Amino acid sequence: MTADVVGEVTAPVIAELDDLRVWFPAPNGQHVRAVDGVSLQIHGGETLGLVGESGSGKSTTGLALLRLVDPTGGRITVTGEDVTDWSRRRLRSLRRRVAMVFQDPQASLDPRRTVGASVAEPLVVHDLRPDAKARRERVEELLEMVGLRQDLADRHPHELSGGQRQRVGIARALAGEPDLIVLDEPIASLDLSVQAQIMNLLRRLQRDLGLTYLFISHDLAAVEHMSDRVAVMYLGRIVETGVPAQIYREPAHPYTAALLSAVPVADPTVERRRRRVMLSGDIPSPVNPPSGCRFRTRCPAARDACAEKDPSLYEVGEGHRAACLFAVEAVREMGVR
Amino acid sequence: MTDPVLSIDDLAVTFGTRRGAARAVAGVSWSVDRGETLALVGESGSGKSMSVLAATGLTPRSARVTGSIRLLGEDLLSMDDTRRRRMRGRHIGFVFQDPMTSLNPVLPIGRQVSEACEEHLGMSRGQARDRAVELLDLVGIPSARDRVDAYPHQFSGGMRQRVVIAMALACDPDLLIADEPTTALDVTTQAQIVELVAGLQERLGTAVVWITHDLGVVAGIANRVAVMYGGRIVEHAPVDDLFAHPSHPYTEALLAARPDPAHAGGDLPAIQGSPPSPLDLPPGCAFWPRCPVRGDARCESELPPLSEVRPGHAVRTFYAADRVGGRA
Repeated sequence: MTADVVGEVTAPVIAELDDLRVWFPAPNGQHVRAVDGVSLQIHGGETLGLVGESGSGKSTTGLALLRLVDPTGGRITVTGEDVTDWSRRRLRSLRRRVAMVFQDPQASLDPRRTVGASVAEPLVVHDLRPDAKARRERVEELLEMVGLRQDLADRHPHELSGGQRQRVGIARALAGEPDLIVLDEPIASLDLSVQAQIMNLLRRLQRDLGLTYLFISHDLAAVEHMSDRVAVMYLGRIVETGVPAQIYREPAHPYTAALLSAVPVADPTVERRRRRVMLSGDIPSPVNPPSGCRFRTRCPAARDACAEKDPSLYEVGEGHRAACLFAVEAVREMGVR
Repeated sequence: MTDPVLSIDDLAVTFGTRRGAARAVAGVSWSVDRGETLALVGESGSGKSMSVLAATGLTPRSARVTGSIRLLGEDLLSMDDTRRRRMRGRHIGFVFQDPMTSLNPVLPIGRQVSEACEEHLGMSRGQARDRAVELLDLVGIPSARDRVDAYPHQFSGGMRQRVVIAMALACDPDLLIADEPTTALDVTTQAQIVELVAGLQERLGTAVVWITHDLGVVAGIANRVAVMYGGRIVEHAPVDDLFAHPSHPYTEALLAARPDPAHAGGDLPAIQGSPPSPLDLPPGCAFWPRCPVRGDARCESELPPLSEVRPGHAVRTFYAADRVGGRA
């Protein structure tokens, strides 16, 4: 196991994945290798950003931390305990330690329950406030923490705006006082003006309560804004990790560089001058990932050796690692930086 | 001077609902010329999609549409349904956010592309099939001749959107309407589709109306931009001018709300509240309840006019002189 520590991080490890594999059965005895060898550590009080395109395995990685999908291989450790093989009964306590906020609050909230009942549910399930009055007070407190008026407790989700619904989802996640919150695309279905509100709220809650986040998103700008460290995923693997300044300013993996060059910038003069790396084709099937480096079939800087050797994460700078045999050099060759 | 490809003037769309009239679009005017890209920007409920659906006669039956809509100089609102449908099919191509809303899952893609060529260009089935292969090739479907009989589910999301673009281009349309065409796609695929449409436009001289909420995409594709809020245009400007001198408080706030590495660490300047419902619009400026500038009582009770603050740059404000360059 390699240390995944940047600089002088001394905070304890809250959650750790070691060579995690999550495969789903596919026809003809094959497997969809959604997550295929992911190792990462999440430290107390930090935000780890997990960024990638659809099919990269970032959401499945998040689900695995709550054991909402069963690992095919590897270990999952949460607050020092190996939870990989925990029984269904014990999982309840795992899901108090790790909470989740989903993309679409419309879909994750029960439409028939009031907001108050939805927020109180984790309190009931985990037996945290057995007394009805104390529970009611805690719900009010939670709503206030996420910036919702207390009278909204009696409303139903359809009476709320998208931003308010996502605040309810966050209040629910906070209810069990979790050690880690997995945020899976928490702003993707919100309007731009509301996205900023939710990002500000998440950061304020983190400061005030010392929360630890895994922030999963396809939005590179949001990940940069939210994260202390970033991991870039492609086809079931982490291809690059580092602090945002490293990932965004000095990407060492060709995929990261291509991804960054594809993000449009809200400045017409920059857009006109820009040189983009156009990736050809689509992400390959996770049933039959390419031999050697998984990105080589779309990599503008691929060489013969890339088909032979499956690169692990190599150190390219302090706390900055990239899974590319020709890291840095390959990116320079692409001529985007 | 030739006519604009599409021009709309004082367009309004209202719906009767149980809770009263919903004013989805009001007082919207713009036009788009050959070879030009107009971007319509706004959040959900801003009326950006509804204004374009109305302009092309695709609103639901319950909608009341008023104003003037001219496609290639002809008044679309006064013509009968059959003729309007013909004009639309022959001259306008559509690309929507989810390619599967445009594609028939049980028809081969080639048939879906060639259908329009038979219907509107009077081609034979064989000619239309050749044309379909040509178009699929044009939009970058690899080995198009072999895949013309494949079904939509055999393609990825990005490839499906290419098929939809091929369908939209089948009749050499004068106008392409692209309603959030890349929103459901990954960013690397989005870059491919944006480049594809820009390249085709340059070659074919098509006018494009591109509806999006993504200001980055706007910066890359648009010649002119109309920013919509609460069913109305609040700012309308050439693209460089809009980004260099955003002059409506809403436009400024939208541009500022995006995370920017230069201001990392601090809070984002968020706009409080949510976009208004078309059922519940304030009497004055629709943005007033959320506005960080909050002019005065007049903004609250009276609708500000669209006033020119620089050549070709209009802003919905009472205080045009103060808002040049966006500093109030």
